Amino acid sequence: MLTQVFWAFATVLIGVGGCVGYFYASNLLLDRLFPASASNDAHAIRNLKIQSSVRPWLFLGPALVLLCVYLVYPVIETLILSFQDKTGSRFVGFDNYAWAAKDTQFRTSIFNNFLWLLVVPAACTFLGLVIAVLTDRIWWGSIARSLIFLPLAISFVGASVIWKFVYDFRGEGQEQIGILNAVVEWFGFSPQVWIALPFWNNFFLMMILIWIQTGFATVILGAALRGVPEDTIEAAVIDGAGPFKIFWRIMVPQIMTTIVVVWTTITVLVLKVFDIVLTMTNGQWDTQVLANLMFDWMFRGGGDFGRGAAIAIVIMLAVLPIMIWNIRQANAERGGGH
Amino acid sequence: MWQRIRLEPSRFFLHLAVLLIVAAWTLPTAGLLVSSLRDKDLIATSGWWTALTTTERSEQARMKPPADQVQKDGHSEISGNLFEGTDHAGQISAFGTRVQNPAEFSAGATAQLQDGRSLTVNSDGSYVYTSPTAFTGDRGQRVFFVTSVPPKFTTDNYRTVLFSEGIGRSFINSLTVTIPATIIPILIAAFAAYALAWMKLPARGFIIAVIVGLLVVPLQMSLIPLLKIYNATGFLSKTYLGIWLAHTGFGLPFAIYLLRSYIAGLPKDLIESAQVDGANDFKIFMRIILPLSFPALASFAIFQFLWVWNDLLVAIVFLGSGNDQLVLTGRLNALLGSRGGNWEILTASAFVTIIVPLVVFFSLQRYFVRGLLAGSVKGG
Repeated sequence: MLTQVFWAFATVLIGVGGCVGYFYASNLLLDRLFPASASNDAHAIRNLKIQSSVRPWLFLGPALVLLCVYLVYPVIETLILSFQDKTGSRFVGFDNYAWAAKDTQFRTSIFNNFLWLLVVPAACTFLGLVIAVLTDRIWWGSIARSLIFLPLAISFVGASVIWKFVYDFRGEGQEQIGILNAVVEWFGFSPQVWIALPFWNNFFLMMILIWIQTGFATVILGAALRGVPEDTIEAAVIDGAGPFKIFWRIMVPQIMTTIVVVWTTITVLVLKVFDIVLTMTNGQWDTQVLANLMFDWMFRGGGDFGRGAAIAIVIMLAVLPIMIWNIRQANAERGGGH
Repeated sequence: MWQRIRLEPSRFFLHLAVLLIVAAWTLPTAGLLVSSLRDKDLIATSGWWTALTTTERSEQARMKPPADQVQKDGHSEISGNLFEGTDHAGQISAFGTRVQNPAEFSAGATAQLQDGRSLTVNSDGSYVYTSPTAFTGDRGQRVFFVTSVPPKFTTDNYRTVLFSEGIGRSFINSLTVTIPATIIPILIAAFAAYALAWMKLPARGFIIAVIVGLLVVPLQMSLIPLLKIYNATGFLSKTYLGIWLAHTGFGLPFAIYLLRSYIAGLPKDLIESAQVDGANDFKIFMRIILPLSFPALASFAIFQFLWVWNDLLVAIVFLGSGNDQLVLTGRLNALLGSRGGNWEILTASAFVTIIVPLVVFFSLQRYFVRGLLAGSVKGG
């Protein structure tokens, strides 16, 4: 164990040293090969030009290589794999997609993902807006925001343990140790096995993600709300608008872009959600989602990379519109600037 | 000003509403923390919200058999302790000899039973059972009693999970994964971000567009091809080097995006005057850009740290499940399978896994929020 700590420490030094060394050495080499202080001016100018056209690539190089190996190439390769058989040795056309369309697990996953997409981003954004507005008006608002924000630091697995304990079930007559069933019993209803109730259990799993992400929405939307110009609100007050009208008609429209950003960010996250389903139910009781199904097919029975890849492509297709929107947005923002 | 608008519903309801929301958001975590510190028998028999109250439990035990009776002052006597042979302890508040009425007599009192027999049970469990005639039969008389178990907190659960459930080892593994996987991408991304912000580059717009696009690419897209590469190369498969590089690759788009927008916002004069002084881009980067970008670097570091520490998917795909490689999230997931009902193990383990992110989060919340605001395009 101590050797492991030592090695971890050594690698940090080697890794970081290697990075610094690479950048330092490559720049030094460039300066030496094409010295800016050459004997005649024509030479010096030429060397400076070479320097300034090569140096950016030295800076960008490692990042570009890593991005290509870890993201660009795999995306292309996954697309190709999705048209091949389980080991990637034979081209099978659309067989994997045809299989998916008929598979009941896949259909359940699509349906459940659709539910997640419908509920989680909307719930987080709505709760985030409400909490941002409410906490902005009380003296202990920032403490409240911190506490609501806190679950964002907790891992999905940790959150799953926390919520499994909340949903814990003991037979009727026994004392409940899960707080949800205790509350339900206190109101005179009978306790339920929440995560095994088909259809509704999806919502109990979604609750975990909502619990985690609402803090994110609160912070972003809270900052946007504070940026709303006061004179627009004052004008509305003078016109006799009530708080609700001001909120919906004046404030929400002005922060619409931020709302869209929050909504899409959570949407992307929802499509990738895997840990929660794996740890809570592992897809049992009709809670399967695409990301977990894909993981299943990567390893189940030795793995079927073709089917796994096909499921990954389906997730990617769902993300694609958001990706395009983001790129457009970024291009527009950059405009003519540097 | 918005704050000064007359409030409707009234301020009381405003405070109440926020209080309820905050309670709903914190109670699950509070339950975990409180439970992890409770005695394991108590966790299994009573809700964590009763942790501070004394719980009453109905129990039963048998006294010693008549074979153990002794003669004293002309009558037969059996004595002993009801807790003998069990690991239960507690205060007996009442006892009885019939199941219908386990609290017939209060502790310490002498119960006059039929045939002139009498039974005294003290609160510590010791009893004296006497009879004018000899006891017969071969089994001991059954006694019902009510124990009150006082609140009991312990750190035993933590000792168990850290040293015998492997959480301690996984903690080290998680650190081994997280620290290099946080530091390496920062440097690589910072150089790239500077190049994309301030240097003349032919395809700059295109590269930035690609990076923005990669921000939202689901991790799932990369797993299968990378797994194939890793298995083929051998030295990356199931090694720490492999997972460091993987986390670096996955973290780069966000790192470059976040750092570029920050570095691009630095004052132009600063860089131009350095150029006039004859400094080349490498010097400008090391001497001016890097120190000035500290807030953005810190934001990204926190993000990457939390994301790597909390990650389960990348860890179970690219690392082995042996004791020397299982990270905290993986271990917790395994415990959920093998120790599903042992809440004392699960709650303590979960708390160990979330304590580091919580500390990082609370101490550096300012930078974290800044990063969130700057880079809210990424989905975590």
